[in-house]
Amino acid sequence: MKAAAWFFVLFLGILSSTAHAFPLQAADTRNDGGQSITLSWTAPPKPPEQWIVYRAEPGRAFAPIDTIGGDLAGYQDKAEGTHQVQDGTPYQYRLVPLPDDAALRSDVSPAATPSASFFDTAKLNVFIVITIFLVLVLYYIRQSERGKVWSFRSIAGLTAIEEAIGRSTEMGKGVLYIPGVQDIDDIQTIASMIILGNVARMTAKYETPLMVPTPSPAVYTVADEVVKGAYSDVGRIDAYRADQVRYITTEQFAYVAAVNGMMLRDRPAANLLLGAFFAESLLLAETGHEIGAIQIAGTANVHQLPFFVVACDYTLIGEEYYAASAYLSKDAKLLGSLKASDTVKILLIVTIVAGVLLLTFGQPTLAEFFATQ
Amino acid sequence: MKREVPLFISMVAGLFVLVGFFVPHPWVRTGYDKIQQWVIIVVAFTYVLGMANLMRLNLEQIQRRARDWPYKIALVLACVATMAVGFHDGSKYLDDGTAFTWVYNNFYSAMSSTMFSLLAFFIASAAFRAFRVRSVEALLLAIAAFILMLGRVPIGNLIHPALPAAADWLMEVPQNAAKRGILMGAALGVMATGFRIILGIERTYGSEGGGG
Repeated sequence: MKAAAWFFVLFLGILSSTAHAFPLQAADTRNDGGQSITLSWTAPPKPPEQWIVYRAEPGRAFAPIDTIGGDLAGYQDKAEGTHQVQDGTPYQYRLVPLPDDAALRSDVSPAATPSASFFDTAKLNVFIVITIFLVLVLYYIRQSERGKVWSFRSIAGLTAIEEAIGRSTEMGKGVLYIPGVQDIDDIQTIASMIILGNVARMTAKYETPLMVPTPSPAVYTVADEVVKGAYSDVGRIDAYRADQVRYITTEQFAYVAAVNGMMLRDRPAANLLLGAFFAESLLLAETGHEIGAIQIAGTANVHQLPFFVVACDYTLIGEEYYAASAYLSKDAKLLGSLKASDTVKILLIVTIVAGVLLLTFGQPTLAEFFATQ
Repeated sequence: MKREVPLFISMVAGLFVLVGFFVPHPWVRTGYDKIQQWVIIVVAFTYVLGMANLMRLNLEQIQRRARDWPYKIALVLACVATMAVGFHDGSKYLDDGTAFTWVYNNFYSAMSSTMFSLLAFFIASAAFRAFRVRSVEALLLAIAAFILMLGRVPIGNLIHPALPAAADWLMEVPQNAAKRGILMGAALGVMATGFRIILGIERTYGSEGGGG
């Protein structure tokens, strides 16, 4: 033990006996799960080709742990694979140039001890907005429970969903519901499943055939349960057919080929394209237009909106798409969440205007606070 | 119970993932990562259900000679043959030079590209309808599209050097402003949807379970 300490002091002495070129900072990496130290330094005017990073822990000599580019001004020492960085252990660092040059060696850094953070302060801005949103949602839900009623602007696309189903019923044709091409872990697909519940209740009530081709087995499983549940809720479980919801394929264009085939064969009177869409949006919507179906699309994928606007009769844009469930169900609590959403929107607009004005007058604090990391 | 249990599971999982977004500490993060892995396992099981559905529906349609039933035979045979090739190649079926990769590159990729190439024709027909000037908005759209299309091709610069700059301005200022407005609205919608599910007030995706 004594010998090791001697060796440590001797090695440190050898390293620090040379000219001190620049200081080296070492600190626990902020906002992480621990086991990481961040080094930073000001790169010398003529940096070496490479740096060798030396590390020492209590009772041990400095030992090289990594070789990095000479032009860097920062390094993160973190536990990866067999490389160990223990929480609670103080570490010291030193940079040695390669090829060695005594004038370019760094000072020994102060000891830094890694630890895990309990809160990611870089996400404080998101946390504040979410907290305000949550408080408002709870407040407006409470208001709705007390009988408060709000009025919202009517959204033509949502009103048209019931009309489209009615039209299909009158024509004796089906409704084709396309839930996008993303998997169930996408929030747009989840929102689509919620709308599907409302749509399936209507088709069950009107005894209109409903077809739901799905792009993933997980979406198929959820959609099948949603449709079955909706038919059960309106007392029409007898009208539910196991082939209404079907799994097609996870491959994007194979899915398009299959759905376009369904459109051309079955000629549904209404196409509801609600979910996350990408390059296939126009392929689907144009085929639907060609068969003369009334088409209602909704997505939050901004790049696909122009295609839907051109090829569909109604398009739910961004937030309208997420509001669909509340609009269709007319549930007071759900409408309360819409009211909260609108209030947060007003607050954000005020914050943006204030941020722009402050930035214009040379005060960047507010803009910087809302900058994402 | 049929409704309450799934709602409770959704609520707990949603809250845990929300907390995990803000807390990097291993006490929370380990569970957060585990939930993400569970999702993969659950999705893997749904493939069995999906394949069963695909086979059952298509075999039924072949059996009762439904419309276009010969295509269903092609689908079932292709599906079974591709799976057999994949199983034969083993765990490295995605490596270069395997029979599965050959099937994918020579059959699926070609057919997929064919479908994608149709987009050019659909864009032409959709653009034809979109650019029919019937209102002031349609006129503005047509003018913007005209400037943008000319500004993005070399001949635009030859016609007038200001065209590429005008096209860039259209994309960077009015287009970006509208896009960000939509994105912010959508982000609020995402949060609202998340809260509705976490708080258990969004029940339209579940069943009462009492229907007949």
